[in-house]
Amino acid sequence: MTAGAALLLLLVASLVPLGAGHLARAHQAAYGLCLGSALVLALVALVHLAAGDAARLAVLPFGLPWMAAHFRLDQLSAFFLLVINLPAAMAALYGIGYGLHAPEYRRVTPFFPLFLLGMNVVVLADDAFVFLVGWEFMSLASWLLVLSNHRDQETRRAAHLYLIMASFGGFCLLPAFGLMAGEGGDFRFEAMRAGEFGPVAGFLVVLLALLGAGSKAGLVPLHAWLPQAHPAAPSHVSALMSGVMTKVALYGLVRILFDLHGAVDWRWGAALMLIGAASAVIGVLYALMQTDLKRLLAYSTVENIGVIAISLGLALAFKDQGRQALAALALVAAFYHMLNHAAFKTLLFLGAGAVQAATHERELNRLGGLIKRMPVTAPAFLLGAMAISALPPLNGFVSEWLIFQSLFRGPELPHWTMKFGVPVVGALLALAAALAAACFVRAFGIAFLGRARSAAAAQAAEVVAPMRAALVLLAVLCVVLGVIPVTVTGALATIAEPLAGAALEPAVGLGWPWLSPADGERGSYAATVLVLAGLVLAGLLLWATRRLSPLPVRVAPSWDCGQPDPSPATQYTADSFAQPLRRVFGTRIFGARETVEMPPPGDPRPARFSLRMRDPIWQGLYLPLAAGVDWLAERINRMQFLSIRRYLMLMFLTLVVLLVVVGVRQ
Amino acid sequence: MSAALWQILQIALALALAPGLTGLVRWLKAVLQGRGGPSLLQPYRDLYRLLRKEPVVSEDSSWLFRLAPYGCFLAVLLAAAIVPTFTTHLTLVHAADLIALVALLGIARFLTALAGMDAGTAFGGLGASREMMIASLAEPAMLMVTFSLSLLAGSTLPANIVGFVLGGGIGLEVSMGLALAALTMVAIAETGRIPIDNPATHLELTMVHEAMVLEYSGRHLALMEATGMLRLWLFASLILCLFLPWGIALPGGGFLAILLGLVTYVVKLAGIAVALAVFETSIAKMRLFRVADFLGGALLLALLGTIFLYVSEAV
Repeated sequence: MTAGAALLLLLVASLVPLGAGHLARAHQAAYGLCLGSALVLALVALVHLAAGDAARLAVLPFGLPWMAAHFRLDQLSAFFLLVINLPAAMAALYGIGYGLHAPEYRRVTPFFPLFLLGMNVVVLADDAFVFLVGWEFMSLASWLLVLSNHRDQETRRAAHLYLIMASFGGFCLLPAFGLMAGEGGDFRFEAMRAGEFGPVAGFLVVLLALLGAGSKAGLVPLHAWLPQAHPAAPSHVSALMSGVMTKVALYGLVRILFDLHGAVDWRWGAALMLIGAASAVIGVLYALMQTDLKRLLAYSTVENIGVIAISLGLALAFKDQGRQALAALALVAAFYHMLNHAAFKTLLFLGAGAVQAATHERELNRLGGLIKRMPVTAPAFLLGAMAISALPPLNGFVSEWLIFQSLFRGPELPHWTMKFGVPVVGALLALAAALAAACFVRAFGIAFLGRARSAAAAQAAEVVAPMRAALVLLAVLCVVLGVIPVTVTGALATIAEPLAGAALEPAVGLGWPWLSPADGERGSYAATVLVLAGLVLAGLLLWATRRLSPLPVRVAPSWDCGQPDPSPATQYTADSFAQPLRRVFGTRIFGARETVEMPPPGDPRPARFSLRMRDPIWQGLYLPLAAGVDWLAERINRMQFLSIRRYLMLMFLTLVVLLVVVGVRQ
Repeated sequence: MSAALWQILQIALALALAPGLTGLVRWLKAVLQGRGGPSLLQPYRDLYRLLRKEPVVSEDSSWLFRLAPYGCFLAVLLAAAIVPTFTTHLTLVHAADLIALVALLGIARFLTALAGMDAGTAFGGLGASREMMIASLAEPAMLMVTFSLSLLAGSTLPANIVGFVLGGGIGLEVSMGLALAALTMVAIAETGRIPIDNPATHLELTMVHEAMVLEYSGRHLALMEATGMLRLWLFASLILCLFLPWGIALPGGGFLAILLGLVTYVVKLAGIAVALAVFETSIAKMRLFRVADFLGGALLLALLGTIFLYVSEAV
């Protein structure tokens, strides 16, 4: 009831700017309404999770003529409702301040509430029709949001690609639900859950779900649209697309693979782990090569979705092989990482938006020194960067720890493929985690530290209060989720256990702050205790340094080995920072070629350095595919210019073929 | 209650012995090279001298630059607190396992790299960029060592691995050997020793860690130097704890067992110092881009270690 009212409020919110779009207040009011309804929805979800209530159903009399619309709020929906609406509330709060700074903001405000509405409907849907309507709502609203800055050629290209990929995703999900509904055509999830389907249909359902949800979530190689479309939208929309919409896609995956389908073969788990590992490593390597701050964040989303996919794949394999307790552990890890990623990726995108609002720049090589000019944005972004780099005691580390702990149990699976495959996936995951730290040292270090590399960066000013508030609240969320992990895993276990079909192994002998994958002997982590110990040691350290080292700090020009250079151009840039990593990892994968053009002595021309890289997936997969579609279109195009006689003949042939098909089937 | 006591003793031991270990390695190296060598107490004197000096910070740097030394020192000190040296009966032993240990070292690296970039000098960026490249391979290698050990001993907690090895759970395993080799290679990289980095150099082409802390002075530099010494001590202790745990007292061992643990620990630590000094004297520094091959090798060795577990099981 409350949830429904909140959803209606979102509809109202989208109408407000349409009615009074010329008033700046109307746009702020729309964001205010979004903030209110997102908070209500988050609260509803939280209450449902905390109370551990049974699923609540609602049937509304609209939708297809022969079927009402079914909604259902169960533990899984409630969790995703929370994952959607906490960041959405922060993005709306941010939007109150940022909305008017965004270019073409009148094109943004009406669609922002619709985007939220679509995502919420997806996770509340209890039949395929409502699910797909919500899904397409979400896709189209976000497509319009991407297109808001439509005067930019690159944005139009990104939006075009996004539309193609979104259609592809919907195109895959539709038959997946169709196959699950079976010949009876009962599209209620309840019927699908009870239904049985043969091996071929089961295979196709998983494949189509992976393609459909995977393309929306940005799994390699279906990720190509993501790093183009996400950064093109205004920052608070980018934050929701990267931090939240990818989670809605994963919700679809979890709902189908763990709930509706129910008996997925372990080989699919292995495949999902492999895809996840590839996404993680490739995503973070791409992120390391980017110099556009928002594009870097979008590629890092590909990495994080890969990490979640590894954990989901592992859960599938455990579940099929009868290790339900371990499947629950892997699911808890995956859910934890979804929650974390929603928190810190939203924070980082909003931070990037603050940088853009302050400097009108996204290019790392023209930023620098912002930590002194943006005293709130910088620490918040730093916390987000540390959280995403999986540093304790922040939240990113807890989920990474859980994922590693469940991976370490992977070799208990009886199959040799898994015994050998799991360590390899583990190595790739560890590599991705380490590269992510490098990526975010680079992002924060180049954008916020050092000296300003452009006049815009040198004159940046801190952003307005609502934006700062959103950043601070999200940073606090990252800390809280990291310091009280056991409380969070306790709640997540109640969601994961029904999906996995068994309870987690009880953590014997360990009390509240001790997080443990199974019994306490296997491994444990206590963020709360570590933080307390760290605080005590910090107090002692401060006391000791005060006593031993009484002299005050003196501020002086940089030493720089005695040869300081006044030009900020002598600092390391984003490209030079990535150079060692590019040389180690990029030569093979990206075909990175560096050429230095050094004029001979006496020649006044400047020396030039150029870098060439190619995108192997884009050039190896997408361009040939596009060329193939073009070729096919060219051939089919001839059918537009046939004579009446030939058209009649074609119709006749079609009729014959259809009759033959009907004849054979009977 | 005794656990808390031993925990405090363990932290005190780390603080007291870490500069001594660095001094011992320096002295041994000097002797091996035919020089007289500085006194063993020199690192302690250096730290005290730095603490008494006036800290100068760059006008281009921010609060992060002043905060980083404290953060780094604390992160490594916490990591040092959880590696059992003379007893496994410690308060914090369950608070963090090997994965968390890798992450704690990651905090120190993250902050050092950022501090290097804060003053906006070319050297700082150079050091940070190289350090992150080295870490991007060293960290996965260390996690894979953890993977092997966790499969062998059924735990990622150092204390439980010690208990397992002491309980005779592990015979001579190929995987143990591979894991030891990999961890040693990682330790050399992480502590910035030859052949990866040279702790004694100030040549721009060869330095990594030193380049990041160039701008530091006074107590900030003292903390950064102390962090480096602590990190060397930590890795030496970690190798001793995981692969040569003999002598470490188990819970309920009594006072004599603790005393024995302390004595054996100091002897083992001296042994590691000798091994490190001999190794460093007999090898030349590598080119920076060969470091990737070196650490890639470590990663593969560790991965092989996990896979060998099944091969040896199957045979």
